[in-house]
Amino acid sequence: MNMEAFNDRNVADNGYFLVDIEDYPTDGWGKFKRVVKRSFKGELFVGLWVVMREMIRFDIHTVQYPQEKMPIGPRYRAIHEMKRLWESDTERCIGCGLCEKICISDCIRIDTKIDENSRKEVSEYTINLGRCIFCGYCAEVCPELAITHGGEYENASDQREHFTMYEDMLTPLDVMKAGKQLEFEGFGSITPHEDERVKKTPLAY
Amino acid sequence: MSKITINIDGKEVQTQEGEFILNAARANDIFIPAICYLTRCSPTLACRICLVEADGKQVYACNAKAKDGMNITTTTETIEKERRAIMEVYDVNHPLQCGVCDQSGECELQNYTLLMGVDSQSYAIKDVDRSSHDWGHIHYDPGLCIVCERCVTACKDMIGDNSLKTVPRGADALNADYKAEMPKDAYAMWNKLNKSVIGLTNGTDVLDCTSCGECASVCPVGALVDTHFMYTSNAWELNQIPATCGHCSAGCQISYDVKHGSIDNPEDKIYRVMNEWNYVSLCGAGRYGFDYQNADAIKDEEAFNGAVEAFKKADTIAFTSTITNEEAYLLQKMKEKFGYKLVNSEAKAFQTFLNEYSKISGTKLYGSDLEKVHTTNFIVSVGSALKTDNPNARYALNNSLTVNKGAGLYFHPVKDPIIEGLAKSIMTVTHAPLQEEVALYLLLDLFGDKEKLPKDIVNYLASFHSEKTVTVTETIREKVIEKVIEKKVNEETGEEEEVEVEKSKMVPKKVSKEVVVDDNKLLEILGADDKFMETLEKNLKKKETFALMVGPDLYSHPNARNLARLVALVEKYSKFELVMIPALTNTLGVSLICELDDAKGSSTIGYNTDGDFVLSGLGDGDLDMPAINQQEGTLTSINKRVNPTNAAIGYNGYELNDIANALGFDAQNVIDYTAKLPTMVGFKAEKFDNLPNHYENDGTEVRGYVLENVAVQADDDESVDKFSDDKLEDCIIYSANPVRQFTAFTQKTTNLHEKSGVYMSEEYLSSSDFNEGDSVKVKTVNGELTATVVSDNKIAGSIVVLPTFDKKLNSEALFDGYRFSKASIEKV
Repeated sequence: MNMEAFNDRNVADNGYFLVDIEDYPTDGWGKFKRVVKRSFKGELFVGLWVVMREMIRFDIHTVQYPQEKMPIGPRYRAIHEMKRLWESDTERCIGCGLCEKICISDCIRIDTKIDENSRKEVSEYTINLGRCIFCGYCAEVCPELAITHGGEYENASDQREHFTMYEDMLTPLDVMKAGKQLEFEGFGSITPHEDERVKKTPLAY
Repeated sequence: MSKITINIDGKEVQTQEGEFILNAARANDIFIPAICYLTRCSPTLACRICLVEADGKQVYACNAKAKDGMNITTTTETIEKERRAIMEVYDVNHPLQCGVCDQSGECELQNYTLLMGVDSQSYAIKDVDRSSHDWGHIHYDPGLCIVCERCVTACKDMIGDNSLKTVPRGADALNADYKAEMPKDAYAMWNKLNKSVIGLTNGTDVLDCTSCGECASVCPVGALVDTHFMYTSNAWELNQIPATCGHCSAGCQISYDVKHGSIDNPEDKIYRVMNEWNYVSLCGAGRYGFDYQNADAIKDEEAFNGAVEAFKKADTIAFTSTITNEEAYLLQKMKEKFGYKLVNSEAKAFQTFLNEYSKISGTKLYGSDLEKVHTTNFIVSVGSALKTDNPNARYALNNSLTVNKGAGLYFHPVKDPIIEGLAKSIMTVTHAPLQEEVALYLLLDLFGDKEKLPKDIVNYLASFHSEKTVTVTETIREKVIEKVIEKKVNEETGEEEEVEVEKSKMVPKKVSKEVVVDDNKLLEILGADDKFMETLEKNLKKKETFALMVGPDLYSHPNARNLARLVALVEKYSKFELVMIPALTNTLGVSLICELDDAKGSSTIGYNTDGDFVLSGLGDGDLDMPAINQQEGTLTSINKRVNPTNAAIGYNGYELNDIANALGFDAQNVIDYTAKLPTMVGFKAEKFDNLPNHYENDGTEVRGYVLENVAVQADDDESVDKFSDDKLEDCIIYSANPVRQFTAFTQKTTNLHEKSGVYMSEEYLSSSDFNEGDSVKVKTVNGELTATVVSDNKIAGSIVVLPTFDKKLNSEALFDGYRFSKASIEKV
């Protein structure tokens, strides 16, 4: 790996500059002088005046949450979603358990069993959102692009532990039927032009 | 066998003459890739990946024997190419289902594919339909199978069921161009692989074997999986608890694979049992009978106080041998302190047998163990239903028969198709019950050193021999001259004329001859067939090491003392090395640690058995006790090894140690007693936490410690009684369990569901008017019981088997100690 970028510590060339900040006082007298200076300089009123001015003008730039919400970036990592296959509308999750394994805050648990068609079936799946740190590893490790992050960030809870279940995360069938399932563009998604890099395996058919 | 030195990749390695290169390398931490080879079994040569160069020649490390001074290179450029091509071939058409495969990364195909750096594929073939099969307790997915035949090898060379074989795959032939393109071995391996998949030998689609599951455990990929485990957990989620199997006296190394039960149930649950399959083979009970824990036990203070009261009042403790050495020690200490009588009839019988044996042998314990039986080449078994008393003893016998070109001799009244099916070189003698003495006398007669044996025994044995004249028909080839009329062309006249020609021919002719042969009456008494001596002589060729396994039939025999002395004499005056099969898990430990009494007193505490106050690991008593898989402790195995076992599953109730502490003993944990086990009888003052539980790379067993075989004062008296002529005839019942069942603990498990009832062989059912499912009343002089008839194709002959694993059946009540009894059976 080329370490040049890391070894060049001359920040000035990159458009960075050092800010001229006064040194902090170290002795008692210096600290006293700073307190007196700040108290009588009237800086407080400068800030208060700005608030007052804007209040009178009614020209407010603050987002009026929760009436108003900012659009979330496609790579934002909020509450997980479980995707369905475009071809058949069935669940993408195969129950491999890699998300459970990789989860560094140990908040994913998965129960699997054999179903009546002798296939592996996910019988239960939970994420403890109280523990989840939204690192995105689960989405990155998922071989099927089944678990991804979504834009839903409102997960405040009155309890430290709170769980989300598989059914809640799964794309609803009507959304799926309407073709409105969104692919996640963040961690774990397919990089553009992936198929050009694939080496084809010979087939005898 | 002599020590030799070979050189592998520049490293000097000491090994035995005739050892396979692969094993020599493994024992010295040198890595040679290999898939199809199983230690202790014969080389299969399916994968060809263990290719190495020995003295400049390419050989397969798994079947090439090391020679002194050999120079071995484990990788060369051509070998690398071969190996990579082989792995590429294995990956052809292998489903990319690693995400759902039950092997979940513990996959040798994955490992070697990555190791050989296979990142692309150059070969292709059209796949055939390889849909999966449900074989009962095993699930087979031919799609995942790489046909390394490890399952077939294990089943044949170790287990002896011969239930698996390769069957035609029905695929197209390989593209002819590949022969020139591909490395030679890779092509040859593919050519073979492409023709086969694994199938069953019994012609059906359901396994009918002794259900050990060893085939699934040796499978390097996820093709063979235990049906109960399918898709329940990934291997990496499971916490492996090193333990010792608690079902029989073999004391196999196992690990309980444990994980939380489910999302809703955080309590630990055992998902499966794993073993070091290169060095130890499990039976069905060990592999599938794992969830026998006493699950719902709680600290019931009232019951506990009741127990303490009961202990204060009682004068007898009755118990079974499914307890640890530490608990046995604790019981013995209680006896010493409070004067309890300790009653355990099965261990008592074994103890008496051992003591009587010691009087002649001069050692506390028998001389050999099952590990040695694996390497001997002539094995005799007397007095044990081998496949159910101790499955590992059967594996040792079978392993010797198939891999060491050994031969065997199996004396038992119950005909056993499984034992008879192990190999051609096993001879079975179905003698009448109570005639075990005759079998041992026969061994003395056939193998004993007549010069050293006590004179009266020699004379006694000689009294059975007589000379008899038999007419033998031999086929000899005789020269016969006959006149034939041929048509010939007369050269002079050119005409065809008939000429008489004399021709000599060799013609086989049967001649009867009178020969004087030795007639051994013992053979006749035992019911051996006429060809016995002839076959034996053939089987004894090139045999150097001999093993004798004796079983529980002898310990409870009315003449057990005499049998013990006979066994000691066979060991002393012949080449036989002796192994005794203890009847239950820790019978050997209990019989060494406890002073046992014969009769119960007036008030009895029963530990896992009946009593006025019952402590039970099964959860059906007055106070709950932990089962073996919930305890720490040591178990003494048939191999005279003190094996540690750990608690796999949590236990919330009281244990024996708590009661002992309430009665004035002081030990925080029951394993505090491990170091105090009596050194007088061979135990070591070793702390539990210092006991290892694993195998080394060369197969060395590093588990617990081996009991010292303490020398005891031997009597000069080597006299034995003449055998008694008593024998049981007509309708006989035998106390033994079906395969996979040992005790009420195995019955409790969810995966073992053998039916309880009266076991009759198919042969007996067809010749009698009983049918499967009939309700029958079995009556002996000691008692009677009513149960349903179960057809069992793992036994033959007319002896009816009554299992002991079902407490409700209470079959013990029908027997008077000895495992056989006369009975009358009638339909109800």
